[in-house]
Amino acid sequence: MSSQENSESLPEAQAPAHGAVEHAGDPFADPGLPAHKPRIQDIDERAAKRSERAVAFLFFLSMVATIGFIASYVIFPVDKIVFIFPFGHVSVLNFALGLTLGVALFCIGAGAVHWARTLMSDVEMPAERHEIAAPPEVKAQVLADFKQGAAESGFGRRKLIRNTMFGALAMVPLSGVMLLRDLGTLPEKKLRHTMWSKGKALINMNTNEPLRPEDLLVGSLTFAKPEGLEEDAEDFQTQIAKAALMLVRIKPEDIKDKRELEWSHQGIVAYSKICTHVGCPISLYEQQTHHVLCPCHQSTFDLSDGARVIFGPAGHALPQLRIGVNDEGYLEALGDFDEPVGPAFWERG
Amino acid sequence: MKKLSARRRHPLAAVVVLLLALAATGGLYAAFAPAGKAQADETAQSLAIDEGKKLYSVGCASCHGTGGQGTSDGPSLVGVGAAAVDFQVGTGRMPAQQPGAQVPKKKVIYSQPEIDQLAAYVASLGAGPSVPTDSQYNPSGADIAKGGELFRTNCAQCHNFTGEGGALTNGKFAPSLEDVDPKHIYEAMQTGPQNMPSFPDTTMPQKQKQDIIAYLHAVNSDQSASPGGLKLGGLGPVSEGLFGWIFGLGALIAVAIWVAAHTAKAKKS
Amino acid sequence: MSTTTDARREAPAGERIADWADGRLGIYSLAKANMRKIFPDHWSFMLGEICMYSFIIIILTGVYLTLFFHPSMNEVVYDGSYVPLQGMHMSEAFNSTMHISFDVRGGLLIRQIHHWAALIFLAGMFVHMMRVFFTGAFRKPREVNWLFGFLLFVLGMFTGFTGYSLPDDLLSGTGVRFMEGAILSVPIVGTYLSFFLFGGEFPGGDFVARFYSVHILLLPGIMLGLMVAHLILVFYHKHTQFAGPGRTNKNVVGMPLLPVYMAKAGGFFFLVFGVIAVVAAIASINPIWAIGPYRPDQVSTGAQPDWYMGFSEGLIRVMPGWEINLWGHTLVLGVFIPLVIFPLVLATIAVYPFIESWITGDKREHHIADRPRNAPTRTAFGVAWITWYLVLLIGGGNDLWATHFHLSINVITWFVRIAFFVAPVLAFIATKRICLGLQRRDAEKVLHGRESGIIKRLPHGEFIEIHEPLDAGARYKLTAHEQYKPAEIGPEVDENGVARKVSPLQKLRAKLSKGYYGEGNQIPKPTAEEYQEITSGHGHH
Repeated sequence: MSSQENSESLPEAQAPAHGAVEHAGDPFADPGLPAHKPRIQDIDERAAKRSERAVAFLFFLSMVATIGFIASYVIFPVDKIVFIFPFGHVSVLNFALGLTLGVALFCIGAGAVHWARTLMSDVEMPAERHEIAAPPEVKAQVLADFKQGAAESGFGRRKLIRNTMFGALAMVPLSGVMLLRDLGTLPEKKLRHTMWSKGKALINMNTNEPLRPEDLLVGSLTFAKPEGLEEDAEDFQTQIAKAALMLVRIKPEDIKDKRELEWSHQGIVAYSKICTHVGCPISLYEQQTHHVLCPCHQSTFDLSDGARVIFGPAGHALPQLRIGVNDEGYLEALGDFDEPVGPAFWERG
Repeated sequence: MKKLSARRRHPLAAVVVLLLALAATGGLYAAFAPAGKAQADETAQSLAIDEGKKLYSVGCASCHGTGGQGTSDGPSLVGVGAAAVDFQVGTGRMPAQQPGAQVPKKKVIYSQPEIDQLAAYVASLGAGPSVPTDSQYNPSGADIAKGGELFRTNCAQCHNFTGEGGALTNGKFAPSLEDVDPKHIYEAMQTGPQNMPSFPDTTMPQKQKQDIIAYLHAVNSDQSASPGGLKLGGLGPVSEGLFGWIFGLGALIAVAIWVAAHTAKAKKS
Repeated sequence: MSTTTDARREAPAGERIADWADGRLGIYSLAKANMRKIFPDHWSFMLGEICMYSFIIIILTGVYLTLFFHPSMNEVVYDGSYVPLQGMHMSEAFNSTMHISFDVRGGLLIRQIHHWAALIFLAGMFVHMMRVFFTGAFRKPREVNWLFGFLLFVLGMFTGFTGYSLPDDLLSGTGVRFMEGAILSVPIVGTYLSFFLFGGEFPGGDFVARFYSVHILLLPGIMLGLMVAHLILVFYHKHTQFAGPGRTNKNVVGMPLLPVYMAKAGGFFFLVFGVIAVVAAIASINPIWAIGPYRPDQVSTGAQPDWYMGFSEGLIRVMPGWEINLWGHTLVLGVFIPLVIFPLVLATIAVYPFIESWITGDKREHHIADRPRNAPTRTAFGVAWITWYLVLLIGGGNDLWATHFHLSINVITWFVRIAFFVAPVLAFIATKRICLGLQRRDAEKVLHGRESGIIKRLPHGEFIEIHEPLDAGARYKLTAHEQYKPAEIGPEVDENGVARKVSPLQKLRAKLSKGYYGEGNQIPKPTAEEYQEITSGHGHH
């Protein structure tokens, strides 16, 4: 059908002889585009009809799927979970909507492509390329125009105008930069301090109750927050991001670091839960090795040896919190951390 | 050398190279696969203790010593309590089969009455946590959401958000908690098996352990819902990325090949 | 006068509308140039379409999600329908994402389509970029478009990262925390940058809203512009094609936009959308309900970013923990070095086209896509880069490789540390050898023909396999590539015996050029004489 017209209007496509002349001399010469070979659909009307029906069927299937989508939306409750092999216990609504939408879309695409592949002309034709770069006379014209424009503006001649304009343009973005100042507060000493201070009781993260030394057994792992920090407080997230504490009890004779032992209470050691690498809550404590691993980047610290780094990308030991027991027998902090917790930064020192 | 280069074009050369590569990979794997040590634990009542002692001397004494005092191959079991024995033997971890970074879960070889006897014997060696009763670990009526929060604070760092497990140092790992018996979860928290720290009742009361068990049951049992479809292991972006590449982009490229392929030409006849 | 009006009245409605538009927009001239524009057929030429369509899908679904998402970090208590989170404190961002997933009908599907399409978009761009790289389709006149595409990939990474962080869940929050730590490591200004980004101390109450405007407006806006420019250039340059009979550097052979490509490319959009919808129907992605709301003191093992950020995760994981304290200041090299290498990894591949064009000194336009084997050094470089990238991806998932292959995390980390330097070199050497081997095979095929698989016994008892000579088209295809000659510096002294100045740069260029095109670095194409000699001799088998 249309293939006939196309090939007539573009004789080159049908002329495999292109280049064939030199062929005898050069065995590697371009023999030119091969002649178009017809598809079954081009010569057998019944095959073409079959293709037509297949395309129409795909479009029809898409319509059915869209109706299925609408029906699923109406019929299936949003919270209904059913078991569908092999996907598991899934939301039937999500499954039905996704499949029907997928089929509706896919069939439109498949129909269109099948149509193009079997019924539209598949005669390949060449189009000439043209060089991207402009011919020299165009370039000369443009340069001349530019020179004339530049001269008319006096840009090169009136240096005062040019220089002040550059100055103004260079300065005006400063207003925008200024406006960014209030994006945040200044760091000041904020990264150096946490909520911990002398006398603050260690509150069990789980029970929200103060901890006693006898609550902590050798080999156990407990997390604590400072007294007075409640989960519904407005700045809870910001405070806990620095104050989170990890408590383990190690037999005093197993503690290798002298200061660690001094700062502990009967072998109960309190370390910052925030990794000194980039701040993940590190707490993968192995009670037999006393190693604690960060789940984000695998920095490993030895809690029995001043929490020094024994593997991974962290640059320094976890800060230890000095703890003791108050008059009522509860564990308390004996001050803030003596160094900033969390990731290192330029001013950390 | 000449012989070798002459034969490298042999049709079977590719097969030989492939086999060599496989062997080398296997060798490297064997060389680098973690190797390490083994450990164990155990607990007690008069008759049961005697029976337990017999079982102990056959199955456990070689590593843990004849009186449970421990040897270079296994830690002391004095004071570990009945709960530890019930967990270790009840999940098949003990008796340990081979040395490794960690003793994994495997087929249980003792019957529950035998485990109870072993537990009774080990408990008689020194006081420790006893085997929890059903009322202690039964999660019915527990607060699932609270359990979730507790899980994320205390457990997820090793066991993953929904208890799929994760890696520890030098080949050790936190196992998957999928469909683990509530009793065993409870015992593990109570006793801290192998390198897991313990979470005793003094810092994590019984009620909270039940909350955690209830949460795990809700999110990681074979009945747990995954509304969005395939859970992909519950491992997060790595498995999602692999799935996206293979089944997402892979399917699209397959489709693209179909779209761009030449339609079959009519045969010349 | 009256006749023309009559004619206009008689014209069909479509034509009249087109006339109206032409009078104002000049559409006929536009259509004349483009309606029958020729596109070559090859599956790998459709990779870009996968990207474009997934980008459109992301925009469509993204707009839907904004109708329900609240970009706020105000704390609320969850009372929605997902039981395991009821009563939990969470940000409004997380709460509204839960609402979309559990209470908006179809909300979960749209969320999943959005996220799956994002992963596929980035994966598609990666593969598309590699296709362009390995076929040398970045050469003149397409260098600028290569850069546009590269920028789209990088911007896509950051758009993905900011979007992934919006639900304020525990996993993405961990990623944001990492970002804060990385920013803090920047010397001198790091602390200030972090405070300005987060509105004060981490996590503060601002970053979701800020990421939101970056994610839905700033980055996609730039990307949309770049993508349009990218497409205009594809149209303007016309597509590259592989060499073949009748396919030369001066033409493009294929089928016209109307109707074939209208149907194929238009249909392909629906195919892409359909496939992604099915993926979203059957596979869960980023199930934030299982992950939980963000708390800076909680974490899960296996904390990874989406795949396209995985290589940066690998960099940061395998870096040794170097830290220098001097004069009261800390230089956090353990974090800052990976932060610097991160853009370098990407830039390495981005600048390659300019390096190659400097080495070849070739100023001509190239529209024939290379077969990768015919550019062995380039191909080897590309494979080395991919190897580098993959090694880092392995490093980024070291914990999962450890648990799933029962390996030690420490051993994997050490493996990656070494492979980071060694693996690309090995990949380079191996790839180059393979390419040269394939070139040799091509030359062999051209001269001796294809192995037919037919065994013939000669009268004197010898068995030979009959080689069928290639047809002219196949011969042309296998010899159409051009081979450069290595650049010469020329004699050290000029004709007057005066020492010529050769800059070190020129020497480097000559050396590189030799590495590319010198003896042993490419297999010379068979010459017509060789061919004639063999074919006329009849002694071949």
